[in-house]
Amino acid sequence: MDCNQVFVSKVKRLIIVFTLLIAFFSIKVDAFAQVDSAAHVVEAPAAESKKFDIGKFALHHIADSHSWHVIGETYLGLPVILYTNSGFVTFNSSDFKRDDNATVVVERDGQRFVKMHEKIYYASADANEHGQFVELNAEHHAENKRPLDLSVTKNVCTLLISIVIMLAVFLSVAKAYKTRRGKAPKGLQSWLEPIILFVRDDIAKPNLGHKYERFMPYLLTVFFFIWFNNMLGLVPFLPGGANLTGNIAVTMTLAVATFLLTIFNGNKHYWKHIFWMPGVPVPMKIFLAPLEFVGILTKPIALMIRLFANISAGHILMLSLICLIFVFNSLWVSVASVPFAIFIGAIELMVAFIQAFIFTILSALFIGMAIEEHH
Amino acid sequence: MTGSIAAIGAGLAAIGAGLGIGRIGGSAMDGIARQPEAASKIQTAMLIAAAFVEAVALFAVVVALMGNG
Repeated sequence: MDCNQVFVSKVKRLIIVFTLLIAFFSIKVDAFAQVDSAAHVVEAPAAESKKFDIGKFALHHIADSHSWHVIGETYLGLPVILYTNSGFVTFNSSDFKRDDNATVVVERDGQRFVKMHEKIYYASADANEHGQFVELNAEHHAENKRPLDLSVTKNVCTLLISIVIMLAVFLSVAKAYKTRRGKAPKGLQSWLEPIILFVRDDIAKPNLGHKYERFMPYLLTVFFFIWFNNMLGLVPFLPGGANLTGNIAVTMTLAVATFLLTIFNGNKHYWKHIFWMPGVPVPMKIFLAPLEFVGILTKPIALMIRLFANISAGHILMLSLICLIFVFNSLWVSVASVPFAIFIGAIELMVAFIQAFIFTILSALFIGMAIEEHH
Repeated sequence: MTGSIAAIGAGLAAIGAGLGIGRIGGSAMDGIARQPEAASKIQTAMLIAAAFVEAVALFAVVVALMGNG
């Protein structure tokens, strides 16, 4: 009991430190907003004659970013952490003055960096004819070398925020179960209990059989992580708005976790069914083995793509509906597009839950297939 | 040009997924109408099957997006 309390207090301290850290980095609100808006006015006539590119706009908004758009011309600068040729270099992303086209050079420790399309490059010595400090190839991609980018980007920030929220929620609920033993659930506890029971009774037990308890921590973590982050992604203002579960690296990490659990918990019957399928003739066994082996790999890949594509598609759909106003360049389009976007938003609330459910139940299904007893 | 072809590909994927999920949903409705007490089990199975169909469509959409880019 005593040891447990020490752990809880340590975790609490960790939460406070993380919150302060995020707050600290967030303080440096972009001071160059004024300068930049003036520059926008000059650019405006040229931009107006160009057609509004809905695809580019939507893809830009679901992508990860080094700064966080708050409202209007206000952006939060996030920390940039680079592993360069001469060790670690850190600075705030607002030093780029919101430039994303390699025109502003940041100099740190005798090294010069530029940002182009949310990627950080070593700057060239001289600017090219467009004022960009990079070498462009025929496809207008930068050819400069890149440092290893370990920055706390918008997605990383959301990840930390969701960890803080989840720790706060689940530690308080866990504490409530200790102090209110034998009593009816109350508050947060009565909100979470049905969901936890749903994961246990509808996801874990039917797929994993009597060994379900070993995998409950993983399934609950994955379920709530995906669900909380899907919901955070639907919040259009600051604590949310990042497309974390629609980032293929994040979904890949989750899928790899399921994959590792499956292969390390697989019993001999599972492996026998893959490499030497019982009950079929030998030529067929040889034919089936590579197919089944590929099957092990495609399952987590499908998990990864499903979550990524579903959440990204939802974000793109909502952005596209709002963008119709700018495509037709008329305020009257909003009469149709805004209610429809709200309707899709309501459907996305459901999708957020369903995708968390699907990911968890398929993970349970794959693990269940691996640990199934022979009969 | 590649953009239009990618759009046609995404549209074809949507047709396939629509047919597939439509059949799954319809059959699940049939099942629930015949046996309402099994509704929750049928729903779970329906969602899993729909997820598999949808995954294929989403593969196609991702390929279309990459082809477009």
